[in-house]
Amino acid sequence: MIRHLLSGGDLDAATATQILDTATEMATVAGREVKKLPALRGRTVVNLFYEDSTRTRISFEAAAKRLSADVINFSAKGSSVTKGESLKDTALTLQAMGADAVVVRHPASGAPHRLANWVDGSVVNAGDGTHEHPTQALLDAYTMRSRLGRLAGLHVAIVGDVLHSRVARSNVLLLSTLGAKVTLVGPPTLIPVDISPALAPGTDVSYDLDAVLPGVDVVMMLRVQRERMNDSYFPSAREYARRYGLDGPRLRRLPEHAIVMHPGPMNRGMEITPEVADSPRSTIVEQVANGVSVRMAVLYLLLGGNNR
Amino acid sequence: MTAYLIRNVSVVGSAPTDLLIRDGVVAETGAGLTAPDATVIDATGLVALPGLVDLHTHLREPGREDAETVESGSRAAALGGYTAVCAMANTSPVADTAGVVEQVWRLGREAGLVDVQPIGAVTVGLAGERLAELGAMADSAARVRIFSDDGHCVADPKLMRRALEYVKAFDGVIAQHAEEPRLTEGAQMHEGEVSTRLGLTGWPAVAEEAIIARDVLLAEHVGSRLHVCHVSTAGSVEVLRHAKARGVKVTAEVTPHHLLLTDEVVSGRSELASPALANNWSPVAPYDPVYKVNPPLRTAADVAALRAALAEGVIDIIATDHAPHAVEDKECEWAYARPGMLGLETALSIALDVVGPQWDLIAERMSRAPARIAGLDGHGLDPAPGVPANLTLVDPAVRRVIEPAELASRSRNTPYARMTLPGRIVATFLRGEPTVLDGKAVK
Repeated sequence: MIRHLLSGGDLDAATATQILDTATEMATVAGREVKKLPALRGRTVVNLFYEDSTRTRISFEAAAKRLSADVINFSAKGSSVTKGESLKDTALTLQAMGADAVVVRHPASGAPHRLANWVDGSVVNAGDGTHEHPTQALLDAYTMRSRLGRLAGLHVAIVGDVLHSRVARSNVLLLSTLGAKVTLVGPPTLIPVDISPALAPGTDVSYDLDAVLPGVDVVMMLRVQRERMNDSYFPSAREYARRYGLDGPRLRRLPEHAIVMHPGPMNRGMEITPEVADSPRSTIVEQVANGVSVRMAVLYLLLGGNNR
Repeated sequence: MTAYLIRNVSVVGSAPTDLLIRDGVVAETGAGLTAPDATVIDATGLVALPGLVDLHTHLREPGREDAETVESGSRAAALGGYTAVCAMANTSPVADTAGVVEQVWRLGREAGLVDVQPIGAVTVGLAGERLAELGAMADSAARVRIFSDDGHCVADPKLMRRALEYVKAFDGVIAQHAEEPRLTEGAQMHEGEVSTRLGLTGWPAVAEEAIIARDVLLAEHVGSRLHVCHVSTAGSVEVLRHAKARGVKVTAEVTPHHLLLTDEVVSGRSELASPALANNWSPVAPYDPVYKVNPPLRTAADVAALRAALAEGVIDIIATDHAPHAVEDKECEWAYARPGMLGLETALSIALDVVGPQWDLIAERMSRAPARIAGLDGHGLDPAPGVPANLTLVDPAVRRVIEPAELASRSRNTPYARMTLPGRIVATFLRGEPTVLDGKAVK
């Protein structure tokens, strides 16, 4: 098992599959009356959040608590961080407190990599800037596997603001490792340069959502911030929705079995219409539940399930 | 004043001879010189070069004396073989008045290790809005001839045109930091495969090339001298080649790090970061801000184009862009780190690594040409009878490991930590006085 989880690229197929299989076991705990395992009793997990992200933080918190770990929530707001403490000093503080794992969310790409230089415990990247969010990719893969029965050979369209999306980067890396094919769809302004050689050769890019939909098993919609139009990435929210939003007619272009995913939080009416978000083909609520199981598996394998 | 007899030295790569330094000048050259009163330096195996001249140095004083001072930077320069450095204007306060440039000039004289030639800001406070008092700086004791807003681009085309025109009155030159600001908002590293993988906002090559293209046309239109700082892309080389062929009065510099390192080093894939040094590299952690620099490290194709341009003369000089930063400004998240790298104490070694022992080329690109561009009389002259004794002695046979803690700079942000590099400065003379002897600073 690896020591840190910083990038979707840190995982080879065997390790990723081990995490997904472990998550399947963890999911059975959620169905019990007592939703708790003793696996990480006496271990300390710190949630170090430099950005507001209630959904990710509580998902990790629930995961750690279900494994009986002690959880410390360290939010940048109202802490020494706002007084100008450096990431390194914060890391040394956590180190001194004996953190076995640090789950970090940070607005700067690469901050978890920096943190990993300064702490002995495991670092889990819970989203860094516009870089990666590997546990999101794992929970997405888990969701696809449970709905469609496999990952190898699937065709996944990831649609929207790929340029600024940490979810997209981690998904491209992980899905290609697991044998799925990814097509990135969005306006050319929001597709980063050299994306295919940068992440995974074989990744396709398309600017035409309608053309892509009939051939995919999964369509994953990314959150698109309305403010992007102020920086001329697209002319207006309305035009964006018209060209790249997933609405009812587009939903009907998908094959029968295809599913619709979204990492949340959604901009209803922007990248996805309520009709689609609430349809039976949407896995959006399921993804949240799966997030806890997958994060349990990650913490368990990083902290307890190996030779440490 | 002590006389020095340097025995058996190869002057710019020629057959070994003796050099007698007396009264601040090279008094005599030739085999078998005698001078009973002179201190003898056995220079067998060493190469004498005209003292190196750096057209692009950040000395940080006034304002950030914790990162570097005129004195500590001067010492680093002398140890790197330099006898003159041009101090960039982005201090605090900015060197945009006669008062500040004279202060820096005086501090340089007091340190007495290299000639410190201040560069004046083009615009007040580097704000890019109105011209600083360029004439007052030119007429001051510091005799400023190079003007630059380095760190910022003079982006307004009208202001750039006026600046180019105005400095003709005193044979000045505008040294442009070519970076189109709107194309580089929030930019963190070269825009390309690596920035995409790392999720860092890209600094596209076109942002440099577009400004250079505009500026060479402006310089041609008004008949002025333009100098382009830290050229970093293959496209910029093509623009410069075209401009020079048209007879535009443009000169250009490249930094040692842009000749050696690629953007892959940011991803921690050090084996890809420098083809020439694949076997000579310690492991590198990804997102280490010691590699953050502006303009950013580019691709292997850019490195190859820059090397070719340097050999060919499309790029005139190597300039260090020595940019010391305090530890806390580098030991942080990539996005929050300040851009810049140390360069003075390693530049000659990088040049040797990149071009090999082509001593005439090294003397031209690191001493003669920068002295000409800066208008520094007495510098950039090969050691010969009657010439001011500004020279340095290099031992090309030594390979040394770069240890940040051993550098004379107050800062530690060298990108070459623990790398083994060729060449060592044994001695440096400033107007006949040693500033470095036996590889150690004299004061």
